[in-house]
Amino acid sequence: MSHAAVAHHTSTGLDNRKVAFWTFIGSECLLFGSLIATYLVYQGRSVSGPTTREILNIPLTSVSTFDLLMSSLAMVLALAAVQRGDRVWARVWLATTAALGAVFLGFQVYEFQHFVHEGLGFTTNLFGSTFFTLTGFHGAHVFVGVLWLTTLLIRSFQGKLGPEKSVNVEIAGLYWHFVDVVWIVIFTVVYLIQTTPLPAA
Amino acid sequence: MTEHSDVQHASGAHASTRTYLVIAAVLTVITIVEVGVFYIPALHGILPPTLLILSAAKFALVVSFYMHLKYDHNLFRAVFIAPLTIAVAVIVGLLFLFRVF
Amino acid sequence: MATTAMRHTPAVPQAPAGLWSWVTTTDHKRIGVLYGVTAFFFFLVGGLEALVIRLQLGAPGNTLVSAEFYNQLFTMHGTTMVFLAIMPLSAAFFNFIIPLQIGARDVAFPRLNAFSYWIFLLGGLFMNASFFVGPLFGAGSLSVAPNGGWFGYANLTSAQYSPGPNIDFWVLGLQILGIASLAAGFNFITTIINLRAPGMKLMRMPVFTWMSFVTQFLIITAFPVITIGLVFLMLDRVFGTTFYNVAAGGDVLLWQHLFWLFGHPEVYILILPAMGIVSEVLPTFSRKPLFGYAVVVYSGVLIGVVGWGVWAHHMFSTGLGPIADSVFSASTMLIAVPTGVKIFNWIGTMWGGRLEFRSPMLFAVGFISLFIIGGLSGVMHSSPPADLQQTDTYFVVAHFHYVLFGGAVFGLFAGMYYWWPKVFGHLLREGLGKLHFWLMFVGMNLTFFPMHFSGLLGMPRRIYTYGAELGLDTYNLISTVGAVLTGVALLVFIANVLASRRGAAAGANPWNAATLEWATDSPPPVYNFSVIPTIKDGLPLWRTGGMEPSPLPAVPPEPIHVPGGSIWPLCTAAGIIIVGIGALLHHSLWPSVAVALSGALVTVVSIFKWAFEPFEV
Repeated sequence: MSHAAVAHHTSTGLDNRKVAFWTFIGSECLLFGSLIATYLVYQGRSVSGPTTREILNIPLTSVSTFDLLMSSLAMVLALAAVQRGDRVWARVWLATTAALGAVFLGFQVYEFQHFVHEGLGFTTNLFGSTFFTLTGFHGAHVFVGVLWLTTLLIRSFQGKLGPEKSVNVEIAGLYWHFVDVVWIVIFTVVYLIQTTPLPAA
Repeated sequence: MTEHSDVQHASGAHASTRTYLVIAAVLTVITIVEVGVFYIPALHGILPPTLLILSAAKFALVVSFYMHLKYDHNLFRAVFIAPLTIAVAVIVGLLFLFRVF
Repeated sequence: MATTAMRHTPAVPQAPAGLWSWVTTTDHKRIGVLYGVTAFFFFLVGGLEALVIRLQLGAPGNTLVSAEFYNQLFTMHGTTMVFLAIMPLSAAFFNFIIPLQIGARDVAFPRLNAFSYWIFLLGGLFMNASFFVGPLFGAGSLSVAPNGGWFGYANLTSAQYSPGPNIDFWVLGLQILGIASLAAGFNFITTIINLRAPGMKLMRMPVFTWMSFVTQFLIITAFPVITIGLVFLMLDRVFGTTFYNVAAGGDVLLWQHLFWLFGHPEVYILILPAMGIVSEVLPTFSRKPLFGYAVVVYSGVLIGVVGWGVWAHHMFSTGLGPIADSVFSASTMLIAVPTGVKIFNWIGTMWGGRLEFRSPMLFAVGFISLFIIGGLSGVMHSSPPADLQQTDTYFVVAHFHYVLFGGAVFGLFAGMYYWWPKVFGHLLREGLGKLHFWLMFVGMNLTFFPMHFSGLLGMPRRIYTYGAELGLDTYNLISTVGAVLTGVALLVFIANVLASRRGAAAGANPWNAATLEWATDSPPPVYNFSVIPTIKDGLPLWRTGGMEPSPLPAVPPEPIHVPGGSIWPLCTAAGIIIVGIGALLHHSLWPSVAVALSGALVTVVSIFKWAFEPFEV
């Protein structure tokens, strides 16, 4: 059976799509870096409206963070299954990854509407603007990832996701893990390292 | 049986399922520690550096093992590390310029 | 590899003919020509804007255009020249030349390449449509072109101070154009890393390819930053977020930082390809290899890296404080070093060579002299106290036009005259070429040299007129005469293009140059090389045994698969433009949402079609 899609000769022996995708991930570092820098620069400068201490829900976000970390585990297991030609487990793990991603999005939606209800909107203050833009961009990336994984899942059910297509899954995995890694940074920098003073004990 | 042409895997080494599960467990433990540090008032003096180190560790684990960078060709590492370095430098530079420090 | 192609393709693939083949092309050579023609058109548009500016400023108290329209003119002149002229002209060369220089049949992702072009064309048209659609937005004038300067400082660009659609066109247009550049960046980085011919080591690559490689890294790292800055601006304007809202605790300087974090690498994006071109032309017309190839390459890389550390030198008058001022002053002075090194290497290339001053060489040497002048005024800016007098005056206008016009544009013309025979099969006429050069050289200097003086005498930037008592008349008049002369020079170039069409066939290597693109026919066959050669030297055509086989066989001995065309890149680009149009309508909620969602649908469907259509590179 031909390895048609993959076997093009390249100067480095590396797949073009992997090279391009790592370059894209490098570019995304600057995208999220700018968003995170802005969030950090503006922390504590809101002149009115809710601040981090009053509104961020650490227990809830810890759960959603754990959810996203587990989705990365599911993703590597999905890739391993595709690589060894294991159709059943490829579908199980792809579906699991997508489902955990959707759960994460569910948490985000809940959090967002809860914040709005508590008086923190997109335009309320600097915290609202920077927070919603940063986490919104991240959530949009998760959403695209879920769509991507669902597409791969459908291809798998169509019998078109054999081992010769594992690079496609690997690249989807790179995207997914990167989105997870960005969340690791956001969780730390936005939720855990809050510079607004703690209320007196 | 294996479809691994020279194009697919430039390096031979591979993490096993067991490794992935261990990494997942480590990531979970680190997250628990991070949240724990947040809730222990006595540790708040060292909270920012501790959390940054812990999350950097999580970052490195996911990138090295789940994204396979540890086993992959140096080129991928270069193409990722350079922009990442610029991003970190930009963040730090802006923090200084806006007098956050 | 060639197995599936053997059944139906003819023995020697031919380039397809007809309009549809151009609309669906994925051939880097055709895409290069499309970029070149489109970019040159926008260059003329930007030049026309400049001419009107100069006619307005030719005399004090002039009333050729209103102050409002003047603001649109200089904004669009800058934006057009940077994003719609110089960058895409460079892209024309990236597209046509890089695969040929590295011995590839095409770029890594041909359809993504086509997509970059279509998004550029549609984005450029989108932004320029603003000149004509004022009535659709209830404006009192025909034109609602962007009017906040090419750098769009906050909070002039806020909804409060710029209530019309002008800045929306600017923000959305730039976001759309940014997509084109990013996509091309990923494409060319992969191409240069992965599609080099056997033996084409990185340190054997032509300098043009090397400088373009560095440029692509600058693009993919710098553009995301302005993307975010523009997102913040759009969110502020449309939804009322507070990113640049001082009353809410925001800082207008955040915009400046984000813009210049992009903006400074951007100027290296503009100049490095031209430097690469000059590094090809000089050796060819000095009959001598480039002096210090490795040093020139490393200097280019160093410029790219250090270029990330100088951005706040555009902000010396904003009160950064002495530490920041000093740091950025030092880094700016530092970056003059690798730049200077390159200049010495170019001079070293010419030294002792058998110089032939054909048109490409004239423009290349012109580049060196004019870029030196621009570089010197740049170094003068690097001192914050000195810059406090120079900034926001015509002294700065002089500086950047010397480096961007005298530098980038002259370099690009050198490339046009140099590679014209390779692209079109015949040479441009030498007599008209020399006339073009001298008219442009004199015109350019007449236009911009006086600005050093008017600037230091205090003439501010971005003013639509000035008082007669300021003593600036003569300088401005000379500049205006120079601008007209430059316009004439461009007409000479256009005449040259038309007159040379029926010129004699140039042959594969009319200049007797050293690099791989000259090994194949002019113009190259659709498959570029009859066989992919093995490279043994960085100057494959100048060294015996530099490449094998040499010469290349006239006809390919093996069948070659050439990918077909695809309509989906254009459709995806169209979908994105429709989303942009929807965003423009943000004052009317439901029409805006409807249009934007339709655009999103077109985009997503086109992407899926693209992903799943059978396409083999």
